[in-house]
Amino acid sequence: MAASEPTTSSSTSTAADAPRDADATPPALDAAQHDRDHRPLFAFAGRVGSVEIFAAVLLLLIFLRDPLARLLSAPSLATWTTVFVSVMVQAVPFLVFGVLLSAVIAVFVPRSFWARALPKHPALAVPVASAAGVVLPGCECGAVPIAGSLIRRGVTPAAALAFLLAAPAINPIVLVATAVAFPDNPEMVLARAVASLVVAMVMGWLWLRLGRADWIRLPRRPDLDGLRRGEAFWSAARHDVVHAGGFLVIGAMAAATINVVVPEQWLQTLADQPVLSVLALAGLAVLLSICSEADAFVAASLSQFSLTARLAFLVVGPMVDLKLISMQAGIFGRRFAARFAPATFTVAVAVAVITGMVLL
Amino acid sequence: MAQACVMIFFGAAVLRASVTDLYLRYVKEGLRPFLIAASLLLIVAAVMTLWYELRPHTDALEDGSNPNDHAGENGRNSAEQSTSVSTADELHDEHSHHELRVAWLLLLPALGLLLVTPPALGSYAAGQAGTALTAEQDYDYDYPPLPAGDPATTTVFDYASRALFDKGQSIGNRRVQLTGFITPGPDGQPILARMILSCCAADGRPVKLGMAGNAPTDLADDTWVQVTGRYTDRVTRDSINDEEIPYIDVESWRQVTAPKDPYE
Repeated sequence: MAASEPTTSSSTSTAADAPRDADATPPALDAAQHDRDHRPLFAFAGRVGSVEIFAAVLLLLIFLRDPLARLLSAPSLATWTTVFVSVMVQAVPFLVFGVLLSAVIAVFVPRSFWARALPKHPALAVPVASAAGVVLPGCECGAVPIAGSLIRRGVTPAAALAFLLAAPAINPIVLVATAVAFPDNPEMVLARAVASLVVAMVMGWLWLRLGRADWIRLPRRPDLDGLRRGEAFWSAARHDVVHAGGFLVIGAMAAATINVVVPEQWLQTLADQPVLSVLALAGLAVLLSICSEADAFVAASLSQFSLTARLAFLVVGPMVDLKLISMQAGIFGRRFAARFAPATFTVAVAVAVITGMVLL
Repeated sequence: MAQACVMIFFGAAVLRASVTDLYLRYVKEGLRPFLIAASLLLIVAAVMTLWYELRPHTDALEDGSNPNDHAGENGRNSAEQSTSVSTADELHDEHSHHELRVAWLLLLPALGLLLVTPPALGSYAAGQAGTALTAEQDYDYDYPPLPAGDPATTTVFDYASRALFDKGQSIGNRRVQLTGFITPGPDGQPILARMILSCCAADGRPVKLGMAGNAPTDLADDTWVQVTGRYTDRVTRDSINDEEIPYIDVESWRQVTAPKDPYE
């Protein structure tokens, strides 16, 4: 796989820098490169036979069912499994929705559409893309494959990333949930929307100044251009489900672990310190990886903390959390995630604090 | 191939959980139609790609690439390989190894749902988190009268809100009946708890309710009980988030089976 990365990244960066028609790439060249890159792995996979592994794993687990159930009956492990499974189950509709939308973008929306829909200048495309996040009623799991698909289709990465950050935080469902969770503090809704929008735009502009296109390495997706539309659609969908879903599993496991091993009591001691409490809740948002539609209710229950600290929780959570970092590493590459996540975290905390001082 | 199998398996596991009541242990009831639709779509996507992979690509032979490129390296799949070339061939090897390792991870939640079927959040989770009713939610709100009947059947959440924020005025001297599970309270005595969900079990928070009067004793944690009782102004504090936990003056109680939807 390592051998294939330079090829992939170079083709990605060209696509990202200058929107171009994919038909211009000679398919034969792509195929030859691909063939060379993957030969050793391919031979290995050929010997092992993945369907056989699949069957063997299943058989083994059916036999191990009872010991496994006994092992997982300890309360902490049972709670871990419950939280892990429920994060996955809850994410499935959003993931499938996001993946299908990204497959539609990949197959049915012509590249020229994005050139017309977004302002030509990237610095102007960023706020437009952030505001467009309002229309995507979902949580963050769906936004990652959509942003990946937008970049593939020639949308400037800065705008796609601004959309990625804004969509889960400022859509109507999330804002209504926030209003319901904070009945006494309607200003929380405004603060959340403003702060999230500002963070998304700042990150988009920051990417324009500092970002390097070769940090983004979209995984090689089967070349869709030679396929009929139906086939291209379904293979894009399957590719994204497996990729985004697989990394979502890693994130869900991490979130379940935090949920079980970090008792809320630890937080109590931090609540009275203004600076630490903001950092503690921002960090907790990263670790807990709660869906953006539910995080307002959790924030409301953390009543020992200041409103500003809880605003930081609500702004950071939909933009940086373990499952998102894992999914971003899978879809955009590790070099990207390693820079993007800490930068977003810093900007989000800073913007939340400033917004909190002004509005709350 | 295996990728499609994993996807079908995962889709089937979610589908099975959502057509039975199993999904209620993990998510809200309202998500059900979306779960069913999404899991069917997962299965359809996997079946469609399998179908495209396995059917003979008669038209693909014309575009000039050499069908024998892979045949030697990949003996076991040769029957399939020899008929799929060019773009379809690329599709195939992409699927057979490049993302294989990530694809396997989707087996874990599927196995969790099918083999382990973890229980709903209970006493352990309730002990980890502070009670969900906080003084901040005390908004001036005229509580509607309790439902008709004696005793009036209501939820732990409803009783606790009325007891804390309405000082029991809308309860008056009526008898109420609540269902929850047993968990250790701040002082070690058993209390009644019920988890509330906003979205999924990851955000589950407990509503805690102390029991005075004829309270059940010697019940194991996580035992579901239905208690009947009246309002009392006694409160205690949750040691985790320092919020008030109201009490109910229990007249009678009985052990019950876990409700279909374990959350409120």
